[in-house]
Amino acid sequence: MTELSKTGVATGEPVAAGKTPEAFLDVRDLKVHFPTDDGLVKSVDGLTFSLDKGKTLAIVGESGSGKSVTSLAIMGLHRLGSRGKNVRMSGEIWLNGKELVNADPDEVRRLRGREMAMIFQDPLSAMHPYYKVGDQIVEAYRTHHKVSRKVARARAVEMLDRVGIPEPGKRVDSYPHEFSGGMRQRAMIAMSLVNNPELLIADEPTTALDVTVQAQILDLIRDLQKEFGSAVVMITHDLGVVAEIADDVLVMYGGRCVERGRADEVFETPQHPYTWGLLGSMPRIDRETSERLIPVKGQPPSLINVPSGCAFHPRCPYADIPKENVTRTVRPELQQVEGGHWSACHLSAEDRTRIWTEEIAPKL
Amino acid sequence: MISYIFRRTLAAIFLLLVVSAVTFAIFFLLPRLVGQTADQLAQQYIGKSPSKADILAVKHNLGLDQPVYVQFWHFIKGIVAGADYNIGPTTVHCDVPCFGYSFKDHVAVWPQLTSRLPITLSLAAGAAVLWLVSGVAIGVISALKPRSLFDRTFMGVALAGVSLPMFFTGNLAILLFVFNWPIFGRDYVPLTQNPEQWANTLFPAWCSLALLYSAIYARLTRSGMLETMNEDFIRTARSKGLGERTVVVKHGLRAALTPIITVFGMDLGLLLGGAVITESVFSLPGIGQYAVQGITDNDLPKILGVTLLAAFFVVVANLVVDVLYAAADPRVRLS
Amino acid sequence: MSDTKKTAEPGEAVIPRQAAAEGDAAERDVLLRVEGLTKHFPIKKGILQRQVGAVKAVDGIDFEVRKGETLGVVGESGCGKSTMGRVITRLQDPTGGSITFEGQDITRLRTGQMRPLRRDIQMIFQDPYGSLNPRHTIGSIVSAPFRLQGVEPEGGVKKEVQRLLELVGLSPEHFNRYPHEFSGGQRQRIGIARALALKPKLVVADEPVSALDVSIQAQVVNLLDDLQQELGLTYVIIAHDLSVVRHVSDRIAVMYLGKIVELADREALYKAPMHPYTKALMSAVPIPDPKRRGQKSERILLRGDVPSPISPPTGCRFHTRCWKATEICKTTEPQLVELIPGQRVACHHPENFADQAPQDTVLLSAAKEAIELVPDAVLEESAEQTATAAPEEPEPAATTEPAPEAKTETPAKTEAETPAKTEAETPAETETPATAEANSPSPEAASVEAPAPGEEPPAK
Repeated sequence: MTELSKTGVATGEPVAAGKTPEAFLDVRDLKVHFPTDDGLVKSVDGLTFSLDKGKTLAIVGESGSGKSVTSLAIMGLHRLGSRGKNVRMSGEIWLNGKELVNADPDEVRRLRGREMAMIFQDPLSAMHPYYKVGDQIVEAYRTHHKVSRKVARARAVEMLDRVGIPEPGKRVDSYPHEFSGGMRQRAMIAMSLVNNPELLIADEPTTALDVTVQAQILDLIRDLQKEFGSAVVMITHDLGVVAEIADDVLVMYGGRCVERGRADEVFETPQHPYTWGLLGSMPRIDRETSERLIPVKGQPPSLINVPSGCAFHPRCPYADIPKENVTRTVRPELQQVEGGHWSACHLSAEDRTRIWTEEIAPKL
Repeated sequence: MISYIFRRTLAAIFLLLVVSAVTFAIFFLLPRLVGQTADQLAQQYIGKSPSKADILAVKHNLGLDQPVYVQFWHFIKGIVAGADYNIGPTTVHCDVPCFGYSFKDHVAVWPQLTSRLPITLSLAAGAAVLWLVSGVAIGVISALKPRSLFDRTFMGVALAGVSLPMFFTGNLAILLFVFNWPIFGRDYVPLTQNPEQWANTLFPAWCSLALLYSAIYARLTRSGMLETMNEDFIRTARSKGLGERTVVVKHGLRAALTPIITVFGMDLGLLLGGAVITESVFSLPGIGQYAVQGITDNDLPKILGVTLLAAFFVVVANLVVDVLYAAADPRVRLS
Repeated sequence: MSDTKKTAEPGEAVIPRQAAAEGDAAERDVLLRVEGLTKHFPIKKGILQRQVGAVKAVDGIDFEVRKGETLGVVGESGCGKSTMGRVITRLQDPTGGSITFEGQDITRLRTGQMRPLRRDIQMIFQDPYGSLNPRHTIGSIVSAPFRLQGVEPEGGVKKEVQRLLELVGLSPEHFNRYPHEFSGGQRQRIGIARALALKPKLVVADEPVSALDVSIQAQVVNLLDDLQQELGLTYVIIAHDLSVVRHVSDRIAVMYLGKIVELADREALYKAPMHPYTKALMSAVPIPDPKRRGQKSERILLRGDVPSPISPPTGCRFHTRCWKATEICKTTEPQLVELIPGQRVACHHPENFADQAPQDTVLLSAAKEAIELVPDAVLEESAEQTATAAPEEPEPAATTEPAPEAKTETPAKTEAETPAKTEAETPAETETPATAEANSPSPEAASVEAPAPGEEPPAK
């Protein structure tokens, strides 16, 4: 690690010129493993994706799929705290031409909050209960800008106003518990955007909110993205939110990507049985009610003993179609379907198309 | 905030009244309920080997021959307005607040207490600073590196610290540092007279007492910090790009300290009511020793006085804790 | 359902109830009736802790639950739906109003008097982690209702518990395991098994699936569905997720600030919501279809937050955020009226129906701000429907007379674009209730048993 930072990663220079990616955010074969008493937890186990500025990528998955761990890994938050020493990370994360996995932690810290910022699921617990909302925004600003408190405070008021908080001059002195849930999430967004970051990671930003407030917040994120041209990584379990906001979708299962592609492609012709399962599990408000939902059977996998072969095979109704038990023995790699649409499944393209068009789509 | 303090203060005053009523009941009512006569009770307020006349005088002075509510009235009136006692031909006035009168020593209890208070105060305050600083510091470092060598060592020491009784650590400290290597002085000197010597003589006592408490505080801080550092707002603080030190101190410790304030206030309050064993071990003539004296002399007024004072400190400490808590946590101010 | 009853302890008074049986058929189908129910939580302040106000969590609601149906209750956080659930199961005492279960007034029953009824009314909770005691085995958790009620099921408790575990899709071998060994979905199944142990008639489920992952959510939804068909259960399902509620419910009540603003059959409610709040709520649900993203035109954004239930707005509680609010909305509280059979609405200016206060056309200033967030397409559509329904109203003239402020949504554009919607606005008297299918008589209806109101079971 020190070796690498000496060779120039710390100053933002690429290790090898040829390796510098084109994309604004480029994640390559990212692995995040946590050794525990019970065994090695492979939270993220080989994840690759990229994202351009001005675009939104939604990472979809259930609890334990590794989606939140991915976001924390990009932010470099794993290395901190008492668990930080244990975590084993490998792979590359390139942000704006800078590699982060092997970078000097202090260098990553300086990027945090300035070039990449994060908003969290529960804005009540994500804000410090003892400090005023304004002071917390001021702190975020002054960490990266050498300005007086007065200037920073004016900036905080400006940001609160921008995210739609009424009477920002007054509310800047409120405590988080004096805000409603939606207001708090707005304040949280104001705090994360105070330094005009180019990458915004939103980890389930609307899950704790009511639908009408969710609509407001998604609208706000969309507007702000347009205004600042930042890249957004949206972590969510709600396919509705994905459809609402994402350009690209990445479906995660058991720490790996099972399907990736443009949002319209993934919703129109999903290529992985797990994605079908997610779509079939959701009651839809926009269609005639189907009699029954089509759930995915069984339970999510353990990240310590990830099933052999395809991690999804114990829950997959089509696991027996490919020959020679391949689903149980060989881990499927991502294969290009067409264009930017990729899927990691042993089923042949014909089988997938047939099952989707004949068996799944009509029931949704 | 002001209304909150006001409300708390009223509650504290009420609590003091209740406490004095309970104290009164223990000292005056309970003995009668288990069958003691007024004479026998009066005898206990004089100390050893009283004469018949003494008993009669005390009985009359304490109003033991009167109904209970009158006795209680006298008791409370003594505290807030002072009382007169007729000892033989002379009348002694016991000034406000009259916490009782030692018929044995022929002195009011209150001045005795106030003269001893600085000693107990010195002992408690010094030890408190020591244990708070060391306990919190050890707790924080342990929490940041759980299961590390530092953590394991200090948590082990902490366990030993809690387990070892004061008459062991205290006597050991005296033996080693006062007799064997005479680094520290033996006779208490008031702070106002000679601060250096004051600290010098008290230091072994502070350390022994602090060892006991800092162990508890280190554990408290450790578990509090471990919990706090896993909070979402810590993650937020880090995601803002704050340095780890700021995250730990400004965001983590601030939140983890609040429950410690509560315990600290209570401990200090209790200690001010007399660190009985410590004062005995280190021969410090403080409140605690006065209580011991009262017990050995069978002189009830002294014990009564100490009890009331101790109760007062606990109640006041409680009040201070409440106010501090509200100052620390803005959410408390609401309710 | 009757076998558990028969094995009841002799000490418990179980007498057949005859009085209510003579009521009319419709009344007999009603399992639970709630009238004017209120639940206020007092706020105390000052040195003397005087009551200075109250959180009006539930503030006068009426509804009924029919045998065998599922009533869904939706609303945003703070609308009082969870409190309502706890009050109708008598886990909390109501402040006012009445709750009638199988014809028996249970509003003021004491704990002891409620005990026999606890069998018939069960609750499923949201948090599958918090609601199971971590120190008890699954067997003892699921068998707790038998112990508490002193019921000895046929074949013994253990056998019955294992049967229940199988019923909810768990293995009977799980009997001796502890809750921490199970995932969230499995825990929720355990909670369901416990609730079903005594063969209840009414199950109130408060957010039964919201803590679960999507794929597991579907499993539990399907399970609830199967159990209802198998056991003839009646559900009240409280949830914030409109898609889930729509999927599981026969009828749906929409709550806002302690009131029911709309109560209708599922189809009617989702096809043609009448209350503007219902409409806004439904439009806010994100649709998992990226192609519809372009059509942002359908979304109605509500301004600000739900007002405080301590001092709710006067008149219609939604008037502070409604784009249709006029003076009458501020002054007069609209009653929950059955505008078309099977659809009750509390609104002066309903959507998809004739205006109830057509003379009142001047928008409030808040509504003028709110209307900016309502897409034009929605306004046009609604104006049109109001206009088509208007001729049946006594004063149709008022609607066509635009107030200067209301210019944006005057029904001038009546060039009829969507005649498809007309079926939703059929006037009240002409249509038969669409609820008939929900009223399927349940087999237990004839042999209902209820404890004597005055009788208390012996203390345990």
